[in-house]
Amino acid sequence: MSVLVVVECDGGEVKKSSLEVASYGSQVAQMLGTTATAVAVGEATEANLAQLGEQGISKVLYDAEPRLKDFVNGAYTKLIAAAAEKEGAQVIVLANSNIGAAVGSRLSVRLKASLATNVVELPKNDGGSFTVKRGAFSGKAFADVVLTGDRKILAVKKNSIEALHEAGKTATVESFSASLSDADFADAPKQVVMQDQAGGVLLPEADRVVSGGRGMKGPENWHLIEDLAKALGAATACSKPVSDVDWRPHHEHVGQTGITVSPNLYIACGISGAIQHLAGVNSSKVIVVINKDPEAPFFKAADYGIVGDVFEVLPKLTQAIKELN
Amino acid sequence: MKFLVCISNVPDTTTKITFTPDNKEFNKAGVQFVINPWDEYALTRAIELKEAQGSGTVTVLNVGEADTEPNIRKALAIGADDAIRVNAAPKDAYFVAEQIAAIAKEGAYDVILMGKESIDYNGFQVHGMVGELLGIPTVAPAMKLDMSGNTATLEREIEGGKEIVEVATPFVASCQQPMCEPRIPNMRGIMTARTKPLKVVEPTGEGARTSVAEYALPPKKQGVKLIPAESAGDLIKLLRNEAKVI
Ligand SMILES: Cc1cc2nc3c(=O)[nH]c(=O)nc-3n(C[C@H](O)[C@H](O)[C@H](O)COP(=O)(O)OP(=O)(O)OC[C@H]3O[C@@H](n4cnc5c(N)ncnc54)[C@H](O)[C@@H]3O)c2cc1C
Repeated sequence: MSVLVVVECDGGEVKKSSLEVASYGSQVAQMLGTTATAVAVGEATEANLAQLGEQGISKVLYDAEPRLKDFVNGAYTKLIAAAAEKEGAQVIVLANSNIGAAVGSRLSVRLKASLATNVVELPKNDGGSFTVKRGAFSGKAFADVVLTGDRKILAVKKNSIEALHEAGKTATVESFSASLSDADFADAPKQVVMQDQAGGVLLPEADRVVSGGRGMKGPENWHLIEDLAKALGAATACSKPVSDVDWRPHHEHVGQTGITVSPNLYIACGISGAIQHLAGVNSSKVIVVINKDPEAPFFKAADYGIVGDVFEVLPKLTQAIKELN
Repeated sequence: MKFLVCISNVPDTTTKITFTPDNKEFNKAGVQFVINPWDEYALTRAIELKEAQGSGTVTVLNVGEADTEPNIRKALAIGADDAIRVNAAPKDAYFVAEQIAAIAKEGAYDVILMGKESIDYNGFQVHGMVGELLGIPTVAPAMKLDMSGNTATLEREIEGGKEIVEVATPFVASCQQPMCEPRIPNMRGIMTARTKPLKVVEPTGEGARTSVAEYALPPKKQGVKLIPAESAGDLIKLLRNEAKVI
C-alpha cells in the first residue's frame, strides 16, 4: 500500500498547487504508515523534482517523453494508472485543477476508485473508508464525503493546504515509462495559446488577487487595478458583467459561473458583491472591499473595507505599498 | 448527427443555502430549481450545431426524479427534440455517469455535451467518467466547439491559456462560457415543448461510490473593519501587521 501524488510541472518548475498536493499526500501517507511517491507530468527538471523531498515525497517517477509536455488526457491517464499499479497505490492525490479533475475522473473509472474533488482538508481514516471535507454549492457550503472503495482518489482545492518545507530533504528521481502508443495521444492539443497575465501571476494559482467590477467604469481605467496588482505581486480578476462586455477577458471572470479562487488576499474594487460573485471568492482568507456605496452587500462578506471612490482610493493603496517595499 | 445533452437540476443561483436539521440533506423548501447554468451552454451549442447542419437531433437527458420535469420541458422549449429522464435521485457523480454512459451507448449518440460542473455539487467529474466508461475522448472544460463532418475542433481552457484540440466523433465535451449565448424559450417553443416526447427509464449500473455524511455552512465572518477613505494607506499597514497577508 502506498500513496501516489500527481505533480504538475510547467516550464521545468513544479506548480505551487502541486507542492500543496505533495504535502497533502505525504501527510496522508504518514497517517497510513506508508510512503508517498510522486508521478510528474508536464515539463520538469530533475533538480526541481528532487526538491519534492521538502514536501515529504520519497521518490518521483518521471517519463521524459516529449509529447507529455502538454496535457493529453488519454496519455496522462494511462501514465498515472501505470504508476499507481507499479506502486500498489491505494490513495491517489492530485490538484483540483483542470488537469487534475479531468484525469482524476477517468482514473476513478479505470481503477474502480472512489473520487472526491474540491477537497479542502486532510481525510479522517475510519478504518478502511475515508471521510473528507469538500467545498460544495459553489463555495456556499461544505460536504463531508465518505469514500468507501478500496482505492481512493482525492483532488485537493488550491490554497486549502499549507505546503510543507523541510529544508534539505531530497527525493530520488526515477525514470519511468508507461509504454505509451500514438493512440494514447489522440486528444493531444494541436496548438497551445498562452494568454497575457498581468504581472505574470496566474489567477487560479494566485496567492493575492485584485479584482474590478462595473464600478471601474471602463477598460481604460484598468491600469489602476493592474498597478495595485503589480505592486502586490497579485493576479487580476473581474466580475461577470465586466467580462461579458469585454472590458476584460473571460479567463479573469471569478464567481459561481467563472473561476473559483481562494487566495490569502482578495481585494474587490467597485464590485457590489452579488451572491453569484461571492460564491466564487468567499473562501478567500482575507477579503478587502472598496465601494462608494456603504450599503453594498460585499461589505457583509469583507474583513476590511473602505467606503470610497475607487479612482481616489486605488492610487493611494498602490502608493502605500511602494512606500512599504 | 445525434447530440445528447445532459442537464442537471440545481438551486437557482441566488439561493441561500440551508440544510435539513440533521445536516444530511439540502433543504429544498421554497427553493426555485433551474437548469444548471453551464448546461445551458451545452444545450444551446448543440441546437446551434444541429441547425447549422440542417439535420440531426438533440436529445436532453436528466438523471432525476419527477420534480425535474419542468426544467426538462424548458430544455425542450429552448429547442431540444426529445428527452429522457432516468428516474432516480442522483446519488453521486459515478452513479450519474453510469446512467449517461448506458443511454449514450444504447442510442449511439455522436456528441455528448454537458456543463463543466453542477453549481450544487461542483464535482467536475461526470464528463471524464462518461468518457472513460465509453472509451472515448473527453474535452474539459471546452470554451468553443465547431464541427466539420465527423471532426470537432474545440478550445479547452488550461491554466493561463487555452489549447486547440481536434477529436473525431464520438466524444464528450463539458462546456463553459464563452461558447455561445444561452437561449431562452420563446412562446412557440413553450407551446411545442408540451407535445415533444419525454421518455422515463429506470436506472442501471453498480451504483454510487461515495456518499455525503453531513453538510456544513462556512463559519461566519467577524464583521468588517472600516478604514476612512482619506487614510486609505493605513489599510496596507493593517494587511501587513494585523492580517499578515502581505
Ligand atoms: C446565472 C448567473 C450566474 C452569475 N455568475 C456570476 C459570476 O460567476 N461572477 C459574477 O461576478 N457575477 C455573476 N453573476 C452576476 C451577478 O448577479 C452580478 O450581476 C454581478 O456580480 C455584478 O457585478 P458588479 O458588482 O461588477 O456590478 P454592479 O452590480 O453594477 O456593481 C458595481 C458596484 O460598483 C460600485 N461603484 C460604482 N462606482 C464606484 C466608484 N467610483 N468607486 C467605488 N465603487 C463604485 C457600486 O456601488 C456597485 O456596488 C451571475 C448572474 C447569474 C444570473
